[in-house]
Amino acid sequence: MAEAQEPLRTDDLPEPVVTQRRGKAALIWLVPALAALVGLVLVVGHWLQVGPTITISFLSADGLAAGKTPVKYKSVVIGKVTGIVLSRDHGHVLVKVALDKTAEGFATADARYWVVRPRIGLGGVSGVDTLFSGAFIGADVGRSKVTKDEFDGLETPPAVLHDAPGKSFTLHSQDLGSLDIGSPVYYRRIPVGQVASYQLDPDGNGVTLRIFVSGPNDKFVTRSTRFWNASGVDVSLGAAGLKINSQSLATVLAGGVAFEDPPGPHDARPAPGNARFTLFADEATALAPPDGPPRYIRMRFDQPLRGLEVGAPVEFLGIDIGKVVSLNLEYDAKERRFRLEVGAVIYALRLGHAYRELADAAIAGKEHAGAASVLGVLVERGLRAQARVGNLITGQIYIALDFVPNAPQVSFDVAAKPLEIPTAPGSLDKLQEQLADVMGKLRKIPFDRIGTNLDRALAELDQTLKQVNGKSLPQLNGALEQLNGKTLPQLNSAMEQLNGKTLPQFNSTLERAQRTLRGADRALSADSPLQQNLAATLEQLRRTARSLRALTDYIGAHPEALIRGRQPDQAPPQQGTRP
Amino acid sequence: MSTLPRAHELGLAGCRVCGLVCRDVPRRDAACPRCGSSLHQGETHSVARSWALLIAAFILYIPANVLPIMRTASLGEVDDNTILGGVAELWRNGSQGVAFIVFTASIVVPTTKFLVLGMLLVSSQRSSSWARSQRALLFRVIEFIGYWSMLDVFVVALLAALVQFGVFGLVEPLRGVMYFAFTVVLTMLASMSFDPRLIWDAKQADG
Repeated sequence: MAEAQEPLRTDDLPEPVVTQRRGKAALIWLVPALAALVGLVLVVGHWLQVGPTITISFLSADGLAAGKTPVKYKSVVIGKVTGIVLSRDHGHVLVKVALDKTAEGFATADARYWVVRPRIGLGGVSGVDTLFSGAFIGADVGRSKVTKDEFDGLETPPAVLHDAPGKSFTLHSQDLGSLDIGSPVYYRRIPVGQVASYQLDPDGNGVTLRIFVSGPNDKFVTRSTRFWNASGVDVSLGAAGLKINSQSLATVLAGGVAFEDPPGPHDARPAPGNARFTLFADEATALAPPDGPPRYIRMRFDQPLRGLEVGAPVEFLGIDIGKVVSLNLEYDAKERRFRLEVGAVIYALRLGHAYRELADAAIAGKEHAGAASVLGVLVERGLRAQARVGNLITGQIYIALDFVPNAPQVSFDVAAKPLEIPTAPGSLDKLQEQLADVMGKLRKIPFDRIGTNLDRALAELDQTLKQVNGKSLPQLNGALEQLNGKTLPQLNSAMEQLNGKTLPQFNSTLERAQRTLRGADRALSADSPLQQNLAATLEQLRRTARSLRALTDYIGAHPEALIRGRQPDQAPPQQGTRP
Repeated sequence: MSTLPRAHELGLAGCRVCGLVCRDVPRRDAACPRCGSSLHQGETHSVARSWALLIAAFILYIPANVLPIMRTASLGEVDDNTILGGVAELWRNGSQGVAFIVFTASIVVPTTKFLVLGMLLVSSQRSSSWARSQRALLFRVIEFIGYWSMLDVFVVALLAALVQFGVFGLVEPLRGVMYFAFTVVLTMLASMSFDPRLIWDAKQADG
């Protein structure tokens, strides 16, 4: 059919231009090759990036989301949660995490994982950024080389990361107090570390804490450093007044541990890591000289000890060397009596130098040393335990170990466990004894005999009085009658005589005296002639005296008058007519 | 269908740009003597180029779907979305309509393109005469809808440019969207490379 329509005018048609610029068609296959290469690079890159996949078990998946929640170490994302499933027993949540290739070190035995959520505690606020970004899983790299892919997640962030500079120490304490993980550790009131963990001892008799003191302050923990629980407030009332002492306000609420070297010479070399220390209850106890190992002693008291309590001090010559730890009543079947068994611990080292010297003496004397033999020596010299009243008001009793003079010798078993210290009646008992003594003496007084003697004496007195009544009194009566009958009338007549004669004479004498006095009175009155004469005489005498003075004056002025006699008076001189 | 004569059977070639009819030369690199454009552009290694570009597009379509294309961060909550993940999230959040559009543009259209173009290439290579006009229609359809595949890329580009509110809201493009854009471009190039005239290049046996 094509041949049928053969074009006739093909010669008129233009020829196409032929250019040689076309490349080879195979080059186009570079495009898919390139795409394949890109894909390969992606796959290889992904494969290189994929690190180990681990499973972490948590109590709850609160805040975690598969495909979103990152795993971070030092705020760098090192992995991602890829899945969250419940454990088979529904007790845990198993979180699958795909770690990056670079984070292979986090899949080792001692790596730790925890969920970082916003936390508000007494020690501060943490994880605030997760309020907005959502929770993430924090990681702490381990040092172990052993790989592991299943982990138990921590419920709280660890206080100390593995690579932090510093040292861990182990503290042993009676109880935890108010400490918690993250409680600060203070040195001279500067926070230098944290409580990393705590756990009960396997035997349940105490608590073991691990603390971390960060560098470079860890060098201040020396071999003889003392740790104490700085929780709460220490209030003491002393001679200087009320003193309130605490490390910081935070420790009052959250608790804390403080440490310091004891005063005086001590081993100041830095302690090695993981060294063990005792955590004391307070600063005073911590810094006190070491007590040494406690030694259990036992004492048996025959008398009741009302007021003795567990914890009461045991004193030796006034020094507190221990405390009562148990009180037991026991029955002595042989003697059929009850006894109080008091158990106490004593710290022999509290005796100080004395203990060392005693120990030396004991070693010199006997084969075996130690507190037992020291005690043995002391007991030999009369050391006895006594219950003494410490406080008269509350009636509290303490145990005093003291030397009792003339104490009866007792045997002391050095090998016995626990050591038994012989007892002696205490001060209270002494008082009772003395009272009993007094009572006994009082009882010895023969009150009945005294009574009969007294009775007899009284009877004699009665008889005597009767005699007096029967004989002496009538005689006395007779004498009095005689006195009445004779002496008194005589006395009467004498008085009458005195009245009849002597008194009238006395009266007239008085009358005469009165008359004389009246005459004298008259003679001396103002209008009496005697007075007037006297006045006249005196007037005359005055005049005489005046004329006598005039005379003497005149003679004084004119002594010649004595010879020539008085001159007639000159006329008074005229003024202004002078010659 | 093949009863009518075709240009090259008559020894003629038409320039597709200026319309000049000239003598057909059996050389692939012949050019129009008037305007200089290639006379056999469509036919030159058409199938091979289409295949190459289609395969490249398909390879890149895998990371485009696997890798996240967009990161949205709001108040510290960072969310990386892949194409399918974004569609699922839109669907869950109640925007089923938008989810449908995005799904169509990002998944249905490229996939359709791969399938249709692949089918066209295979059938052309076999010089099959099966459903020629329908195949031509399909080709026109995929050429038309091809541009719409860029929707996702535009969404990401626009959001990344507009949503920059720091802590409160942030959209960042991620690597996936780049692969997706390459895929779309390559599929378009592949469909452009395909010469629809090949559909009609039936075997002589048909005639």
